[in-house]
Amino acid sequence: MPKPHLQCQYHILPHKNGCLELQLSGDWVIGNNLPSMNDVQTQLDQDPATTHIKISSTELGMWDSRLVSFILILTKSLNDKKIAFDISGLPSGTKSLLKLATAVPERTGVRKTRQQKSFLEILGSGAINTISETKAILSFIGEIWLSFFRFIQGKARFRYQDFWLVIQECGPNALPIVTLISLLIGLILAFIGAIQLQLFGADIYVANLVAIGMTREMGAMMTAIIMAGRTGAAFAAKLGTMQVNEEINALNTMGIAALDFLVLPRILALVLMMPLLTIYSNIIGILGGMWVAVTMLDISLIEYYLQTKQSITLVDCATGIIKSLVFGLLIAGIGCMSGLKCGRSSAAVGEATTTAVVRSIVSIVVADSIFTILFQSLGI
Amino acid sequence: MTTEAHIIVNDLTMAYGDFIIQQGLNFTVNKEDIFILMGASGCGKSTLLRHLVGLKSPAKGSVFYQDIDFWRASEQEKSLIMRRNGILYQSGALWSAMTLAENIALPLGEYTNLGKAEIQELASLKLALVGLSGFENYYPSEISGGMQKRAGLARAIALDPEILFFDEPSAGLDPISAKLLDDLILELRDSLGATLVIVTHELASIFAIGNNSVFLDPESKTMIASGDPKLLLKECDDSRVRQFLTRGKNK
Ligand SMILES: Nc1ncnc2c1ncn2[C@@H]1O[C@H](COP(=O)(O)OP(=O)(O)OP(=O)(O)O)[C@@H](O)[C@H]1O
Ligand SMILES: [Mg+2]
Repeated sequence: MPKPHLQCQYHILPHKNGCLELQLSGDWVIGNNLPSMNDVQTQLDQDPATTHIKISSTELGMWDSRLVSFILILTKSLNDKKIAFDISGLPSGTKSLLKLATAVPERTGVRKTRQQKSFLEILGSGAINTISETKAILSFIGEIWLSFFRFIQGKARFRYQDFWLVIQECGPNALPIVTLISLLIGLILAFIGAIQLQLFGADIYVANLVAIGMTREMGAMMTAIIMAGRTGAAFAAKLGTMQVNEEINALNTMGIAALDFLVLPRILALVLMMPLLTIYSNIIGILGGMWVAVTMLDISLIEYYLQTKQSITLVDCATGIIKSLVFGLLIAGIGCMSGLKCGRSSAAVGEATTTAVVRSIVSIVVADSIFTILFQSLGI
Repeated sequence: MTTEAHIIVNDLTMAYGDFIIQQGLNFTVNKEDIFILMGASGCGKSTLLRHLVGLKSPAKGSVFYQDIDFWRASEQEKSLIMRRNGILYQSGALWSAMTLAENIALPLGEYTNLGKAEIQELASLKLALVGLSGFENYYPSEISGGMQKRAGLARAIALDPEILFFDEPSAGLDPISAKLLDDLILELRDSLGATLVIVTHELASIFAIGNNSVFLDPESKTMIASGDPKLLLKECDDSRVRQFLTRGKNK
């Protein structure tokens, strides 16, 4: 059992000729309460003639780095006051630790102090950041195009093995969650529609509502949001971690463009998979609607099927698929870009992932609105 | 000097899954030893360290801390033992989202009742001891590789632990810093009574500070020599150990 620590303290004994003696006693260890340095200060104020201070440790019990740190700080403050400090009375171990602590003097100009920024400064640097970020986004888009052209010419270097892995990750592996969400969306649409349409006996039009709703809007949109949270975040985390470990630098210095090697396969894979997932999501959503219609509304399977077939055209499906292509591009691009721009710490990876998901979802919704307006004005 | 046993390794077998790294390890680290783990790259030194500090459970055998069998002890006993250890990882393993001062302050804040200012003072002292005064507010990614190693060291000694495990502390250091590091290690032992277990390939420091050692061999997958490295150099007949200790000059 460890013994309880003896109280640690110091006594100040004034001597002749401007000399003070600092007598240490008790256990000077981390678990113990240390006396404050103020007493030395008060004594010095009372005795302005003091020219040097001597330390004695005959009464000292246990000690550890707490004592070393106390002496180090005292030395500094006495140095500032130009008072000589005689530490020869300390245990020899303390003296050698002190010597080691001062062996490498502080390099000049390395110390950083963190300052509070003023409001104007924050505003200004925010504005500058926005501009440089916009530039970065534009140049990233440009570089992706260049990389894409290299790919078409067969000059881009990437491993097909990786490409298939990404395909599997963002295609088949996403099916369970896409199934669940789409089914539920189909159910919800049908439910809401059924209650309203029943009011004027237009039950059968539930089929139209679900079919149009899924193919034109919800299929592509929900799949995109799932993929943003699932795959976009994974891209950002993976590339961000590679950035932290300098793996991206290692690729670049080998003459392998990170953009070709890492970003291009991911964008291609997601752009390929998104339309397929969307079509799948549409079908599942319609099945969900059918389930509600058949069990709740006395509509037969055949009726529902025929009504659905009548209500959607190829154009409806095409609009959803066009959207999904763009969403795929946005999610993969934003995810990869956040990852590549990641700082070099664990917190930065977290930030990159968050940014990726938030930006993807915002841009998905914005893009969707633009599409809606566009299709409306084109009359599609 | 006392010769009380601090860590006893008893018929230890280490394996990753079915792949055996080392087997039949038996050695004792005494209090206030500077115990060197040596052997060729990839022979399992870091893995052994991981077994000693409680990160990986042995495939067979046991690790005793004084008279407590670590891997059969209760969670509470385990965490008490682990808390008294200070560990420097081979790759530094600093928390990258915290400044150097915060890295050192974290264990101090968790396990002591010191105030903020006192913790800052201690953190500065530990950084000064490894030659990094003034770098309190730097993030790990803003300093060099060797500096990261030293900052990891400062964090390992934050709580003045009883046992220190250093995985290649001098890798990436210039000769002068390496010498200062050896002095620091000796001082931690002499003044604070710490026991040190060190993985190192630095022959100069093996002979300068080590007073006990084991030599792991990757071929036979067991220890083939142990004892004071200076005596091993003089007396060991095994050609693998001799080659290692003389940088391959004694074929
Ligand atoms: N997580 C792991 N899973 C499987 N095998 C591993 C793992 N970590 C290490 N190994 C294997 O264990 C062996 C020993 O590794 P270890 O890191 O202990 O070597 P070391 O002696 O510390 O080498 P070095 O001096 O290069 O650091 C190596 O052959 C390695 O392949
Ligand atoms: Mg190792």
